[in-house]
Amino acid sequence: MNKPTEECVVGAVTGYRRPYFDTQPPYAYPAYRSTLKRAPTQPLVFLPHTLSEVTGPVFGYADVQPTDSDLTRQHDGEPIGERIVVSGRILDENSRPVAHALVEMWQANAAGRYRHAVDDHDAPLDPNFTGAGRVLTDGEGRYRFLTIRPGAYPWRNHYNAWRPAHLHFSLFGMGLVQRLVTQMYFPGDPLLEYDPMYNSVPDDRARRRMIASFDWESTLPDIALAFRYDIVLRGREATPMESTRS
Amino acid sequence: MSQLTTASQTVGPYVTIGFAPSVVVDLAAAGVSGERITVAGRVIAAEGKPVNDAVVEIWQANAQGKYAHPEDAQDKPIEPGFRGFGRCLTDAAGRFRFATIKPGRVPGPEGVAQAPHIVVTVFMRGLLKHLITRVYFPDDPANTQDPVLNLVPAQRRATLIARRAPGDKSALEWNVILQGPEETVFFDF
Repeated sequence: MNKPTEECVVGAVTGYRRPYFDTQPPYAYPAYRSTLKRAPTQPLVFLPHTLSEVTGPVFGYADVQPTDSDLTRQHDGEPIGERIVVSGRILDENSRPVAHALVEMWQANAAGRYRHAVDDHDAPLDPNFTGAGRVLTDGEGRYRFLTIRPGAYPWRNHYNAWRPAHLHFSLFGMGLVQRLVTQMYFPGDPLLEYDPMYNSVPDDRARRRMIASFDWESTLPDIALAFRYDIVLRGREATPMESTRS
Repeated sequence: MSQLTTASQTVGPYVTIGFAPSVVVDLAAAGVSGERITVAGRVIAAEGKPVNDAVVEIWQANAQGKYAHPEDAQDKPIEPGFRGFGRCLTDAAGRFRFATIKPGRVPGPEGVAQAPHIVVTVFMRGLLKHLITRVYFPDDPANTQDPVLNLVPAQRRATLIARRAPGDKSALEWNVILQGPEETVFFDF
């Protein structure tokens, strides 16, 4: 940890860069119907990044158990489905690793059913699968889960609507404005082009960043295939001293 | 080198599976200094409908106005037993409730101290990205000088200021109203 320099004024903080044009979804997106009842209708107020926004909750190894990141071993028996390793790095836009940050993940089971009272999809629950994992990134921003490949499932957004298979990821980052909740999709999924959530992101490259890649080198022989999913959080603005061109 | 930021996606209707292990509604352990308060309210969508599948997260400084975070360089103590983070899943009536302490003032832009406030993040099905807002305290004289509150159009500021519950000075009420004439101010962060 760098010590603040003497000329550093307490209260003067370096903020984070605002999202690049079209890389984030809008709040109101009519193709995803429930956004229309929940999106703000009044203009948002521009928030300068103060100490309250560049700080955020700090988690440590005491907050997670090693078994939290292995979703195949949270019950007495083994869950049904195809085992997969999902791993990657959490970086910021400046390619700096996001170290020792909490990553939460949740998902449907192999049949496309969530262990949740609201999910009434006519597909079997798996008594050996909860579908929730947590892990702390290491010093290089790396994380790793062992889990079951989730199934696709129908939802009632429109006629014959199906969500592509996905994992939900929640990241805290180093400060409040780095907080991100996203979804990881699987390569080659034919449902992606029909999915309003995936397609709510206007920029094609930003959409494709949500698709994991097949990761041969992380496969476990005789045990599990593997996917790599790197996540990029916002980066810091250059400080005035670092940048003389603008 | 600049990487492209990963896009936000909704938490969806089953967020409790992932978020339940880290629910924190009582932020301050015994012995943590400061004025004990509760902040409670409801998340309400269009037509006054309660949101029963929202997640409300809060982030705040301790009573001395110090964040438990390495970037807070103020020469003030961090208190054991106070991380400053809370997370509550709304119930069937859209209610959330936190027990915490009133935060102190923290530094703001251009040397102006901010009024005591709690940063609030809201997630739910139907939100493709989360919302950020703030709760301020009723009758706090610092509110009139607060550099962030003053960026909010005057006629909407009241949506960011909690009310005292009748008969209990320590109980604050504050709602998250997503749409309508009383819509809460949300920030472009």
